[in-house]
Order: sequence, then C-alpha cells, then structure tokens
Amino acid sequence: MSASIWQVFSENWLIFIQGLVGTLKFAFIAVFFGTILGTLIAFMHLSKARIPSSIAAVYVNVLRGTPLLVQMYIAYFFIPMAIPVLSFMSKEQCVILSLILNSSAYVSEIIRGGINAVDRGQTEAARSLGMSARHCMQKIILPQAVKNILPALGNEYISMIKETSLAGTFALYELMFTRTLLANKFYTYQPLFIIAAIYLLCTLVLSHLVHKMEVRLSVSD
Amino acid sequence: MTDYTSDQPIIEVDDLHKDFGDLAVLKGISEKIYKGEVVTIIGPSGGGKSTFLRCLNLLETPTSGRVCFEGTELSAASTDLDAHRQKIGMVFQQFNVFPHLTVLNNITITPMLEKGVSKADAEKEAMALLDQVGLKDKAQEYPRKLSGGQKQRLAIVRALAMHPDVMLFDEPTSALDPEMVKEVLVVIQQLAESGMTCVIVTHEMGFARNISDRVIFIDGGIIAEEGTPEAVFDHPQNPRTKEFLSKVL
Repeated sequence: MSASIWQVFSENWLIFIQGLVGTLKFAFIAVFFGTILGTLIAFMHLSKARIPSSIAAVYVNVLRGTPLLVQMYIAYFFIPMAIPVLSFMSKEQCVILSLILNSSAYVSEIIRGGINAVDRGQTEAARSLGMSARHCMQKIILPQAVKNILPALGNEYISMIKETSLAGTFALYELMFTRTLLANKFYTYQPLFIIAAIYLLCTLVLSHLVHKMEVRLSVSD
Repeated sequence: MTDYTSDQPIIEVDDLHKDFGDLAVLKGISEKIYKGEVVTIIGPSGGGKSTFLRCLNLLETPTSGRVCFEGTELSAASTDLDAHRQKIGMVFQQFNVFPHLTVLNNITITPMLEKGVSKADAEKEAMALLDQVGLKDKAQEYPRKLSGGQKQRLAIVRALAMHPDVMLFDEPTSALDPEMVKEVLVVIQQLAESGMTCVIVTHEMGFARNISDRVIFIDGGIIAEEGTPEAVFDHPQNPRTKEFLSKVL
C-alpha cells in the first residue's frame, strides 16, 4: 500500500521547503541579473543606431524563440567547452547563467514596452523645453515607465519560478528536483502533487501581490 | 557665429519640405517671422499647419529646406539644438504636462536641470508665473487634479519659465471643453500683448482675427494666402481661402 500524499509531505517536508527555497532563489537570481542585463539590451534595442539595435533584436528573438531547456543543455555542455574563459564555472553556474540570459530577453522586452508605452507627447514636451535626451529619459520617461514595468517584472518572476523547474534536470536543488531525491524512496506520484501544490500556492500569492501593486501604481496617475 | 540682430527675422524658413513616407505634407514653405509679431496659422485639417509649426523647433526634421532661428540654422549638425529649443517655447494640443511631477515641479525641473537655476530661484519664479495664471494654490497638486484648462495654463507657464524668445502654440484649445477655451485664450492674449513673439495654429477664427498681426492660410502643404487679419478674413483672394472660410465662419 502506497503512502498518502500528506504522509509523504509530513515525513519529508524539510526536503520540499529546501527545494522551494532553491526555486525562489534561482528565480530571483535569474530575474535580478536578467533585469540588469535586460535593461542594457532594451536600451540597445531602443537605440536609433542600427547595429546595436539589430544585435539586441536578434538576441531577444533567439532567446525567446528557442526552448529554455535547449538553452540549458547548451549552457551545460557547450559553454565550458567552447569558451575556455568560462571553464571556471561549475555546471550549476552554467545552468543559472542560461536562466539569467533567458530572463534578460524577456525583461528587455518588458522594459522596452514600458518605455514605449509612455505617451510620445511627454518626450516632445520635454525636448521642446530644451531638455537633453538623457535628462528626458531619466527624469520624465523612466519614472513613468516604471509604473508599467514593475508589475510586469513581478509577473516575470512568477514565470521564472515555474521555469526554474527545468533546472532540476541538471540536479540543481530546486523544488522539482525533490522528486528525484524522493524517487529512491519509491514514491511515484505523491511528490508530484506536493510539488504542484507548492508551485500553485507560490504563484497565487505572488500574483495577488502583483495585482495589488498594479492597483496602487495606477492610483497615482 | 551668429550675427543676429533684432531687426532680422527671429524665425526664417526657406523652401521647407516635409514628407512622411510617400506623403508630401509640406511642399515648399518660405516664411519670415519677426520679433514681437503674433502670427496665426489657419487652414483645413491635414493641410500641414501643425507639421509646419513642429518643424520650427525641429520636433519634425525637415526633409529639405532650412529653418533658421535667430540667425542659426537649426538643422545644421553643429547646432546645439537643446540650447535653441530653450528659447522656443511650445504648447501642445494635448497639454503634455508631466503627470508624475507636481504642478510646481513641472515648471522648475527644466530650468534647474538645463540652466542650473537654483531650486529656490526656480520655485520663486514658478510661483510668480502660477500666480499670473491663477494656479498658485495648485502648486503642490499633481496634474491629475487639474482641469483641461488648468493643465494648458500650466503648460504655458512651464514654457515661459525657460524665458523663450518665441512661443509656438499647436491648437492650444482644440482638446478643451468649450467652457475652458476662454481661460486659455485670455492667457495667450495677455502674452501676445506683452510683446511675446507668438506663432499660433488655431481653429478659433474669432481669436485669430483679434490677436494676429498676420494670418497665414496653409492648405495642401503650401502657404495659399497670407496677410493682415482684415485682408485674409474679409477680402480673401485665393478661392481655397474663400471656400475654407465659408465653411468655418
């Protein structure tokens, strides 16, 4: 007779919690560094100079147009081999790098979209007053774009929580990997339901928070 | 570099063309505007009025032709466009006030950033300007609390805080509820009477007639007719002007 789901959880809860911590951590690292890199990509993409803009467009299309799992395999096997400078990186770090790069592509589109969503008249007003392009971006456009960007970044973090489950394939200790850890105890389906429930709880709570943030930000308009 | 004197045109436009893709919007406009003049631009929608105005501070880059401001060609690569734009105020149909800044900061931000004016001086002047247009008690509010007419008055004094030599108005009352049109026109009129050089694109024909030294009728991307308000409104020569006026008056 197989163990009940609750039994499996109560006997192994620490493993799941550690897995959750890993998931939240990897998702945060991916979105945090993805945001830094993604900001750079977004500004390249927005640039009027054709070469940086094209490079950014290709970067975004490739990373969004290929499966994350494929990117992870490439990072896992190919990067240390092909780029000797990066051979100091552990396998784990290679997988995290692929998460960051993947996230940066999505974040760059969030930032680009947030900036483009600010009314063109704002730029025209600022520039017609004689404000420099840089000041206009810093003081007029970005403060308004942030309102569009922050909730979307929250949603990107929620997506990343789910995406990081792929990293378990490479033995990164995150929530999905707990299934592998528990498989040797002959639990087949129970961990899956526990894992799903924890993911769902996390994404529901975070979605709710993002929604609250959206409401607050829109009030100040 | 510039040997501009005040008896020369403050704005000189020479054979200005502007295409948007295949569409030729301006088809060769030449015009001189002198210091202290109040010039209104009238004409049918899509005729190129706003595009012409937006070329005067290079919000639109001319396809060909020259735009000179105080003797300096604006489109020349060596021109410090920001510095010249500081002397060309512009007021938009959609107000374009900065929603994330208080009324006061809408006015002070550019003088402080671009001219190095101290916060205290910038705020002092901003308060005086707000007082002139009856918005002093709104200084600490955000623009969302303002009516359309109040936003447009704010936009006007925001431009004035840069001490421009000329003010461009792009249909400043077209987005306003009818009962708010007057409060904005009064401010523009006071400004014009104070000697400010003004170029105004407007559909308010009565206002154009009263305020203008000169009226320019733009249709089909060219200046179809120009002259004193009396000449253009009462004795139009061009059939297109006549047709337009018969529809709007």
